Amino acid sequence: MTARLPLACMMAAALTAVRAAVPEPGATPRQVAAAAARRVVKLYGAGGIRGLEAYQSGIVVSADGHILTVFSTVLDADLVTCVFDDGRRAEARVVGVDPRRELALLSVDAEHLTAFEFVARDRVRVGTRVLAASNLFGVAVGDERVSVQRGVIAAVVPLEARRASAEAPYGGAVYLLDCTTSNPGSAGGALVDARGELLGMLGKESRSMANGVWLNYAIPADELVAGYGAILSGAPPPALASDRHRFDVRAVGVVLVPDLLDGTPPFVDAVVADSPAAAADVRPDDLVIVAGGRPVASRLAVEEAVGAVAAGDAIRLTLVRDGAIVEADLGPRPADTESP
Amino acid sequence: MGLAGLAATVVLAAACSRACAVDAAVLTAEQSRVEAVARGVAAAVSIFAGDSGGGSGVLLTPDGYAATNFHVVQPAGPWLTCGLADGRLYDAVLVGVDPTGDLALIKLLGRDDFPHAVLADSDTVEPGDFCFAVGNPFLLATDLVPTVTAGIVSGVQRYQFPAGTILEYTAALQVDLAINPGNSGGGLFDAEARLIGVNGRASFEKRGRVNVGAAYAISANQVRNFLGCLRSGRVCDHATLNATVATAIDGRVVVSEILEASDAWRRGLRHDDEIVSLAGRPVRTVNGFKNLLGTLPAGWQVPLAYRRDGVEQEMLVRLGGVHPAATLAALAAGGDAAEAAETGPGSPPPDGIRRLVDPRPGYANHHFAVVERDRVAAALAAFRDHRPPGPWVLAGTLDGGGEFRIELTDAAASIDLPTGTSTIDAGDEFDRLPVPPGSGGLLPALVLWRRLVIEGPAAVGRTSYWGTSPRDPATFRLGGAADLVDVLETYTAGVEARFSVDEVGRVVGIDLWTDADADPCEVRLTWPSGPARAPQAIAVSRRGQPFATFLLAPARTEGLP
Repeated sequence: MTARLPLACMMAAALTAVRAAVPEPGATPRQVAAAAARRVVKLYGAGGIRGLEAYQSGIVVSADGHILTVFSTVLDADLVTCVFDDGRRAEARVVGVDPRRELALLSVDAEHLTAFEFVARDRVRVGTRVLAASNLFGVAVGDERVSVQRGVIAAVVPLEARRASAEAPYGGAVYLLDCTTSNPGSAGGALVDARGELLGMLGKESRSMANGVWLNYAIPADELVAGYGAILSGAPPPALASDRHRFDVRAVGVVLVPDLLDGTPPFVDAVVADSPAAAADVRPDDLVIVAGGRPVASRLAVEEAVGAVAAGDAIRLTLVRDGAIVEADLGPRPADTESP
Repeated sequence: MGLAGLAATVVLAAACSRACAVDAAVLTAEQSRVEAVARGVAAAVSIFAGDSGGGSGVLLTPDGYAATNFHVVQPAGPWLTCGLADGRLYDAVLVGVDPTGDLALIKLLGRDDFPHAVLADSDTVEPGDFCFAVGNPFLLATDLVPTVTAGIVSGVQRYQFPAGTILEYTAALQVDLAINPGNSGGGLFDAEARLIGVNGRASFEKRGRVNVGAAYAISANQVRNFLGCLRSGRVCDHATLNATVATAIDGRVVVSEILEASDAWRRGLRHDDEIVSLAGRPVRTVNGFKNLLGTLPAGWQVPLAYRRDGVEQEMLVRLGGVHPAATLAALAAGGDAAEAAETGPGSPPPDGIRRLVDPRPGYANHHFAVVERDRVAAALAAFRDHRPPGPWVLAGTLDGGGEFRIELTDAAASIDLPTGTSTIDAGDEFDRLPVPPGSGGLLPALVLWRRLVIEGPAAVGRTSYWGTSPRDPATFRLGGAADLVDVLETYTAGVEARFSVDEVGRVVGIDLWTDADADPCEVRLTWPSGPARAPQAIAVSRRGQPFATFLLAPARTEGLP
């Protein structure tokens, strides 16, 4: 009895959290699951030999026929077939790929598809409850709905993964999940929050470089949007958003000296009154030497280092003032106000 | 679970910091979850079968009937040891098995007040629904306290191909909660602790035999359809149309092959006919058809709608069995039935159990065919008013016009119809005679009915409990409200008959074969509400064609008890 109680307690609390996050009073987990599944397609292409399945998942990102999926051997076929939630089938053409993020953009001749709202939303926090919708194990065929699994985001970390002996090309941030999505056919599926909004795309079956365990992860939506844009523009794939993600520290009250030359040292020019920086006693003429745990030698480096701090985590700065080292805690990093 | 727990704790903490009190709705949900899990745990059975392994089960009735997987009991033999969460061990015996559907029924002994689960209507379950499983993963329940895992329904109506064996999962529920070896046979419950399925299979491919977030449960509605057959002690078989279907280029589901010996062929189904619905459920895909068919036991008669040349038609089709009896028997016995009966899990059954164990060809345990037959016999006897047996006279008008009179006695039976009179001598091998002509054997069916009612099952031949079957096949609809009645099967002098008996002991249907290869005479009796001892109408048909419908005039009906 004592062993059961905390478990039930946690489950009850978690269930309520899902309900609370649903904007429409009537939106139930059933409806969220159905809405997500409706925007996920089953893809069939090359493979079928041992260990290489000929199927995966994809997400509908535009009403006029754009399907985003993982770049894999399944697409290495003359004909890739896309099967929608209602059983409709369409031939999919590969528009382009982003090899760095291992994304592929497919196009099908279709209109008025039910698509995800495809925007680079802020990274969500560890503990966020999620649903994963994918064609795992290929169990759904025709008009059968793809599978949904529930879980939480366990960590937001750079991917350090391998497939067989090769290192995975993508090394940007991923959402690590506590549910088993590292299954045949899952890659390319959707990760959504409790309201059904797209948070990311399930990654390929991969193992940790560090210890070989199977990783269940999703590539965050901002990386998907960046990769999608790059493929559409035909430009070389941009740097990973996580590499160049900059945070303007003025948002927390720190005004650095103007970046007149590359490598201008990050001296504090001014501190905004009543700001987190003022509260933390940051002063003009302080030199920032470490931000978010990274040594920094330029204004750009400060913005990138703070940009790498997850929204909600504390922004910690190490300052040099009058020859002495001073630590300052500016409190939780606010969410970005605009897309990177 | 650690991370999920952490996340939930964070949510709780956040709620507290805002309101300094837990929302009443959270506490209510928590309490409801605690109570539901407690009910599921109480009904859970941990099965231990010595060196043969073990698994899980779930109690369905207060007198100890519990569902589990065939693959759990198959290696265990005809008796087992089970534990409940109350910390006690119970002896149990195998009742019936369904090797194709991976179901088995066992009976725990020693109590008539077992905590038990209630079967839900699993057709109302949808992806996203909360669910939890109670079972004995990795046989961890050495203290008899089962393990609870929770998650959501990932998919419904999943079709899983036979995997190396004849085992086929149809219309299965797919769940994302942890199902591991040893969970097999345990209950899958909804948020109100209603039983929505029996866990039995998981996608184990690349990661070894551990949970990968995709497991499958046999739906409660399939369990409900097979429960009667399992209680009969038989080795149950699944239904086949004796035809295969395929997807046409335009997406229709059409008959691709059909056996001319099949009932469906004799009712008129042909190659290229489009299957529209089965047992009241629309058919849109081949998998959808297999999902419907797979939840039905062999031998049921259900409606089938098909379309030919744009015209939709409906037939009542009697479904065949998928597997030859010998195949099933070999599977059920795991080789040698007699040997399995002798050995069990390492030792012969204790004396108190031995009399409850009776494996025979076609039966996992014939003892229960007798138990259930006697239960139905008691219902038949309770409906009778025990007046001295005398002749039965049934008289009235025919549905299409004209008068009829039927007289049934111990020695003879006769029927007067506008087309003439038929008589049989009930003393001889009357029952071979398909009279009156065209009926397929109405008079023998009625004679056996009278004898069954007056003298009981032993008087009509070799009688056993067959299982359940639709009360009214013509209007039968699959689902949680599937309307089923008990069926007794009897063999006498080369004739086979099945009597459908309702819950108050009235015979509502008789199928009689005077020749195993011919179409049976099908008699459907309609009873007035209330305590009336005579039916109000008797409809008779053969080969899907009506023979006659007899409307009884109560004033001219005599002798029925």
